[in-house]
Amino acid sequence: MEYFLQQLINGITLGSIYGLIAIGYTMVYGIIGMINFAHGDVFMVGGFVSVIALIMFGITGGGGVFITLLALILVVLIAMIIAAAFNWTIERLAYRPLRGSFRLAPLISAIGMSIVLQEFVRVAQGGRPKPLQPIVTGGMEIMKRTSENGEFVVRLSNMQIIIVITTLILMAIFTAIITRTSLGRAQRACEQDMKMASLLGIDVDKTISITFIIGAALAAVAGLMFFLYYGVTDFYVGFLAGIKAFTAAVLGGIGSLPGAMLGGIIIGLIETFWSAYFTVEYKDVAAFAMLAAVLIFMPQGILGRPEVEKV
Amino acid sequence: MAGPAKDTKITQEQVALTPAEMAKDLLVTFLLALAILGPLVGLRTTSGSGTLILEYRPLWAFGMVAAVVAVRLLSLLYGMGKMAAQGRAAPQTAALATAKAKTAIDWGKFLAPTLLVLAVALPFIAMLFPQMERRIVDLGILVLTYVMLGWGLNVVVGLAGLLDLGYVAFYAVGAYSYGLLATRYFPAWFGEGILPWAFFVTLPIAGILAALWGMILGFPVLRLRGDYLAIVTLAFGEIIRIVLINWMDFTGGPNGVSGIPRPSFFGLPFDDSPGGFAATFGLSPKPIQRIVFLYYVILVLALITNYVTMKLRKLPIGRAWEALREDEIACRSLGINTTNTKLTAFAIGAMFAGFAGSFFATRQGFISPESFNFLESATILAIVVLGGLGSQIGVVAAAVVIVGFFEVFREMNFLKAILPEGFDPVQLRMLAVGLAMVLIMRWKPRGLVTSRDPTVYLKEKKAVSADLVGEGHG
Repeated sequence: MEYFLQQLINGITLGSIYGLIAIGYTMVYGIIGMINFAHGDVFMVGGFVSVIALIMFGITGGGGVFITLLALILVVLIAMIIAAAFNWTIERLAYRPLRGSFRLAPLISAIGMSIVLQEFVRVAQGGRPKPLQPIVTGGMEIMKRTSENGEFVVRLSNMQIIIVITTLILMAIFTAIITRTSLGRAQRACEQDMKMASLLGIDVDKTISITFIIGAALAAVAGLMFFLYYGVTDFYVGFLAGIKAFTAAVLGGIGSLPGAMLGGIIIGLIETFWSAYFTVEYKDVAAFAMLAAVLIFMPQGILGRPEVEKV
Repeated sequence: MAGPAKDTKITQEQVALTPAEMAKDLLVTFLLALAILGPLVGLRTTSGSGTLILEYRPLWAFGMVAAVVAVRLLSLLYGMGKMAAQGRAAPQTAALATAKAKTAIDWGKFLAPTLLVLAVALPFIAMLFPQMERRIVDLGILVLTYVMLGWGLNVVVGLAGLLDLGYVAFYAVGAYSYGLLATRYFPAWFGEGILPWAFFVTLPIAGILAALWGMILGFPVLRLRGDYLAIVTLAFGEIIRIVLINWMDFTGGPNGVSGIPRPSFFGLPFDDSPGGFAATFGLSPKPIQRIVFLYYVILVLALITNYVTMKLRKLPIGRAWEALREDEIACRSLGINTTNTKLTAFAIGAMFAGFAGSFFATRQGFISPESFNFLESATILAIVVLGGLGSQIGVVAAAVVIVGFFEVFREMNFLKAILPEGFDPVQLRMLAVGLAMVLIMRWKPRGLVTSRDPTVYLKEKKAVSADLVGEGHG
């Protein structure tokens, strides 16, 4: 029971991170109907920029709680801006000229861009993993059980609290943007019918650019949190995290924002429980098999609309 | 969708670009380049004294930012000139395209036989350069392996229009089939005597096993289309790789399979024994003889791939593939069995990868899961894309370009002089492959060889230039 509870906490934490990345996939797919294959790598870039900023400011977590938190907010802002610059440029260079080209063109271009980002970071920063001492430490014990095998403690670390709370805040802000602002309205309009939206005076190009910027900013937050949670990053983390987040987006229903978050948490839980109760080596196989199963058996996802094919 | 209309708008804007606008554009470019290159190039994280420290490289970052801004300035100036010129030349474009297509086919008629003769003669040409002989033939083998993989993938992506990102999985199946059968099972089943023949016996088995896997993996994804299919095939490719790494008892895990027997000349080993190849033919034994033999093996395998593909294109199944690529719904309404069509495309593509995999295993003598990662799939896909989806000769050109490219990076000693200490230009090669994929999609989405022979034609054979083909469907 205690073991289960601990895995539940870990799974939700991991799932929140996947959910934040998944939002970027689901928004882009909703509007222009393509998989932004490079999105996972934008998440990785966000993580790397965070590492650089953390070292540059000399943040070690030794100072007070307030100072550390303030510094982390500064770091995350920098990471968000730079990741947004990346994603905006990617859209302009690699995707926008291909709108209206043949079906596979944007996807192939996106795969190329993903390789470019990975290799760029590998060449510029080196291929070795980058470990750093934990910055946010401490936590609390929720439950404790003493048995003949020793004692098992269910722990909720401060980092886990930060991750879940940040995700909740971001989701609230983001939902407000989508449902309450004119930008959100424009976005929803483009999602429904891009041509009609442009006829009604919506700047479609600008809306798409902003979608990419928002997606990248959320991915950058996820990048920093992922790094702080695991304490290590490398140029390749975006590949796996990206596929899992995409699975989350599809599972929740592509195009649906609450679906992305829900899907993220489900994927996080599946991965954590698989590692805990079965084999840790095959946890990625579990995630990939989940992706295949979802796409094959319920391609519309949990909260998505069924796709209607027009001839 | 909004593509063409948008382009003309850009044209007008660019023609009317004032210096102030240009300055603004350059400023935006500068800021973006600074954001993208500044932190990641200018501040390098290195491990020192137990923790990560930053190494500052401002010169690098600013040099690259300056280069980006300069390129942008040039493209703005050049773009204005080109747009103005294009406006005048527009009416002639269609006629020009037809003329171009005509010359392309005449040229193409001689190209394929010339290349074939060149390929057959390569080992003899290499003999003229004794100190480089081995290297030339090795390169030839590498190019031909990629040509074969490209041709195999072309069946799936180029003809049937199914984007397969896990193609390397079938390559792995072929390699492991040969590796495991020849090192572990054949000696146990048939005794050591079979080993010289192992390659030729296993080759068809490896092909069949790979084709079987192609069907197994193809079956669940039949209902998926386009990018969903791509992601699922990618997932399957990764699953196979993870299983290869973790199934220690069967595959040897990360250590791979070693001591895979080298091929023999139909039973005659390449060594200095009395029954060996050299002794039988009265030659002095040299290591190059085996390399040349390997070269011809892969050449024959690649030619078989090409021959089978060309023949299949003329059969109903090949026509069905191409119809499927253009429009799946129309295909189904015409009564084409899309299930069988897709499965055969997967199976045949996978079979060729299986052959290539066996060859890879016998050539290397050692295989490990590391050789079958996603980047390998992406390289093969880049070759097919670069060559023009569906074009056989384009794949050859693209394989030569990409492998040549890799080699050029290895040879560029002058680059080593300007790059930082200890930096190997070989590291840049995957970066270049990625960039090539993006650039090709932007400027030449139909690849290097854009003209395609129609498989069916009325009275006269006309090449269809890609400029005239609507790009609505893939």
